[in-house]
Amino acid sequence: MGKVKVATVWFSGCAGCHMSLLDIDEVLIDLAGRVEFCNSPITDLKVFPEGGVDVTLVEGAIGNEEQLELARTVRAKSKIVISLGDCAVTGNVPALRNGIPPRELIEEIYGTSRTTNGALPYEVVPRLLERVRPLHEVIPVDYFLHGCPPPAGLIAKAVLALLDGKTPELAGADLKFG
Amino acid sequence: MDKLRVKIDGRTILAAPGKTILEVAEENGIHIPTLCHLDGLRDVGACRLCIVDLYGQLVTSCTTKVADGMEIGTQTETVRAYRRTILELLFAEGNHVCSFCVSNGGCELQDLACELGMHSVRVPYTYRRERVDATHPRFLIDRDRCVLCGRCVRVCQEVEGAHTWGFAERGATVRVITDLAVPWGTAESCTSCGKCVEVCPTGAIARKGASNAEMRKHPDLVAELTERRARG
Repeated sequence: MGKVKVATVWFSGCAGCHMSLLDIDEVLIDLAGRVEFCNSPITDLKVFPEGGVDVTLVEGAIGNEEQLELARTVRAKSKIVISLGDCAVTGNVPALRNGIPPRELIEEIYGTSRTTNGALPYEVVPRLLERVRPLHEVIPVDYFLHGCPPPAGLIAKAVLALLDGKTPELAGADLKFG
Repeated sequence: MDKLRVKIDGRTILAAPGKTILEVAEENGIHIPTLCHLDGLRDVGACRLCIVDLYGQLVTSCTTKVADGMEIGTQTETVRAYRRTILELLFAEGNHVCSFCVSNGGCELQDLACELGMHSVRVPYTYRRERVDATHPRFLIDRDRCVLCGRCVRVCQEVEGAHTWGFAERGATVRVITDLAVPWGTAESCTSCGKCVEVCPTGAIARKGASNAEMRKHPDLVAELTERRARG
């Protein structure tokens, strides 16, 4: 059997979930033999594989148009999609901006910044969505890994179960937010 | 007094008349999830999480008395599905961001997500915004984290006798207020006893100065107080 193709993507989040993924320690060695890491912020492969992948772990909430489009690509090209961490699962910290009009945010942050000389990034950066949303509000999600960040052991448990062709048994303390 | 015969999850149990389904279940080691219920306070059935299946009707076990011949299911598929949806609605209605909450790791709402197997909230989040009231010198209320269980209202009324906390408005805009909706720090009836802090199941009412995950509450002090008072 060929290696299982795994991708990870990083939306509106702090990269803490990816840190936790790296924190699975020696399990990484086990994974290296069984997994082919495709597109991921921790590799140099920046384009989501045309041919699709088996599993995609998604960190972060959906906050702008680019993320929304990539989320749809992820769903179309992944057999299994996992929400990795509270931002993807609930919106978490990035969703705190919900209720404030995006234009006000952009003007507050860029309009008063010395480094941008007050230039507002409406053309070169992806447009912010009206509100930040959890991943499952924009695409169907198969599994949810809670935590800010999810404990390394939880990530390992879920990924290893999937590699063995099993359904990850996520219950009890596995479902603790925060 | 004649005992009543009830069936809980298929088990025949003899129960004293006048007891609630929740009391009888707990006395017999059968766990029913609760949120607004607190030993020592009057039950009001506000949160609806303790619903049980009477096979044809769902009732709140904290406010429904046992009756002879009653058949009760505490873990039927129907009741579990309803409980999960109720919990999801609670999460969607407020802003329960555990990651930076004072009660992270010591929150009854967070624990219920684990207990009831809430993988995700399937209804859209409302992201409503409520004001924080930090005018009291020692405590604060972050209404984004309030689940409207009314424990603060009841403990203030029934145990402290101050009647500082109350509900204002109705339906989706209902909220807890101090005195006649004045800032807590100016509420003259407040004795600053702190019982509302201890009974609040989430991080909504908290001690000032507590940082992320530092609040640990002691809701059981209410039962202790009321039992001691009853003994005289």
